[in-house]
Amino acid sequence: MNSDELYQEVLLQHSRRPKNHGPLANPTHRADGYNALCGDEITVEVRLSKGTAEAVHFQASACAICTASASIMTCEAIGLTEAEVVALANSFRKLATDGVSDSETSHRSALEVMGTIHRFPQRVKCATLPWEALTAALREGAIE
Amino acid sequence: MPPNSTSSPSFDVNRWRAEFPYLDVNVAGRPVIYLDNGASTQKPRVVIDRMAELAAHEYANVHRGIHELSNRATAAYDAARTRSAKFLNAPQEECIIFTRGTTESINLVANTWGEAHIQPGDTILLTEMEHHSNLIPWQQLAQRKRAIVKYVPVMENGEGIDPDVVSRMLRDRPKIFAFPHISNTMAITTPAAMYCAMARAEEVVTLIDGAQSAAHIPVDVKEIGCDFLACSAHKMCGPTGLGLLYGRFELLESMPPWQFGGEMVDRVDFTGAKFRPPPARFEAGTPAIIETAGLHAAMDFIDGVGLEAIRDHAEALAEKAASALRKLPGVRVFGPRESRAHLVTFTIDGVHAHDIVFFCNDRGIALRAGHHCAQPLMRKLGAPASARASFHLYNTEAEVDALTHALQEAIEFFCK
Repeated sequence: MNSDELYQEVLLQHSRRPKNHGPLANPTHRADGYNALCGDEITVEVRLSKGTAEAVHFQASACAICTASASIMTCEAIGLTEAEVVALANSFRKLATDGVSDSETSHRSALEVMGTIHRFPQRVKCATLPWEALTAALREGAIE
Repeated sequence: MPPNSTSSPSFDVNRWRAEFPYLDVNVAGRPVIYLDNGASTQKPRVVIDRMAELAAHEYANVHRGIHELSNRATAAYDAARTRSAKFLNAPQEECIIFTRGTTESINLVANTWGEAHIQPGDTILLTEMEHHSNLIPWQQLAQRKRAIVKYVPVMENGEGIDPDVVSRMLRDRPKIFAFPHISNTMAITTPAAMYCAMARAEEVVTLIDGAQSAAHIPVDVKEIGCDFLACSAHKMCGPTGLGLLYGRFELLESMPPWQFGGEMVDRVDFTGAKFRPPPARFEAGTPAIIETAGLHAAMDFIDGVGLEAIRDHAEALAEKAASALRKLPGVRVFGPRESRAHLVTFTIDGVHAHDIVFFCNDRGIALRAGHHCAQPLMRKLGAPASARASFHLYNTEAEVDALTHALQEAIEFFCK
């Protein structure tokens, strides 16, 4: 097993040209994530409207896995309610850590690329960091 | 000598490689290319064998048995202290304290010398190049004592710190100046003897973080003239869990103990205890007996190879790597243009350090990624994450070529 299996083309595309990258106008929630092991840094911003994530953006100085995971996450989270985002984040953690899909993740084809991460334990944190920042933003990152 | 050859003709790297069992490990179909020596060094067979021998035939607790095995263990333990004093050219073996490593050595000084001598409003002088282990103990001491921590700034040109600025800041009479002998990120060897002379003239106590210098370059505490020097056995081709603190004996005598228990006391009754003189005062509890024998063997081995030869070899490899990396597109190499120490820290535009190191691992090359335990410095340099290759006596020019090739591939893979 080598890195070519991990760095699939779709993942590299997301890391080179991430979606929803850059500051978000009028965010309602914001949180930072930091991985002391490798130096990944990420900020996730959310604009909630009537309980639904209308927009999700991120800014990062991070590795390809973290950047791609963040890019995919922003696409998947838009349009979800707060509770749905948290549920999806929990399911994503299982997918990244153990490679196990459930009803939340199995129908989301964009997340398939993350299904091999669990075979590279030292990279799991890279993939989950954006989701941790997103849930932290919703839980305790309300902007006054 | 061929024009690109980096080592001196007398240094036979293959002879020394044969002494290191780690090279039996194949990664990606060839002996692993271990370039993470800044984090820890590999162990020669003599170190591994010596620890096994002591554990098998010379082992008991030290300094308390009257039986044969304790006598043997005590003799080995005491001999390791004498050997360590010789290795660092300390004036007497009582100047050597065994600790768990550089981190504990520095914490010991901060918690004993610091507790006794730092007053509210005093200044503790560090540099911006510090490893966290020569940073946080002082920050914590300053918080406890309401003292001030000041930093000699790193110059923007990558050449480390400015001796004139050091001189000026020492004239303000900080209580202590603690600095790295070799920066683990900037690849700079500081003029330690000059800084210590400047500090002494202002009656400033000096502590040198020798984690990256011990067993990489000759370290002579008499010549340097420092008050304290800390280093780790595992970065000296020795075992983990063991380090050294050299301290000037008059200072050690003036310092209170910081951990309490067996080994470090003379008389104990139910109202108190009388503490033994240094070094025992600072070595509470059963020490790392097996490991000190391993360190002894490591120091014999290192001196057998020759520290000047090791320094010249590793620095030449680092310089070769730095030159090659600078030619690759988008690569930024940190550190000085000349007189590079044994390591190269770098970034590649568009490729995060974690991806570089992961990619190189697939090609059998071990590097370090991250902030190298120097977060404030790396932020100042605008590179919260970077990759690092660090060299030792067993590395080769072919390994530098393999690194360069792998990085070229990484750039093509990630930046296409």
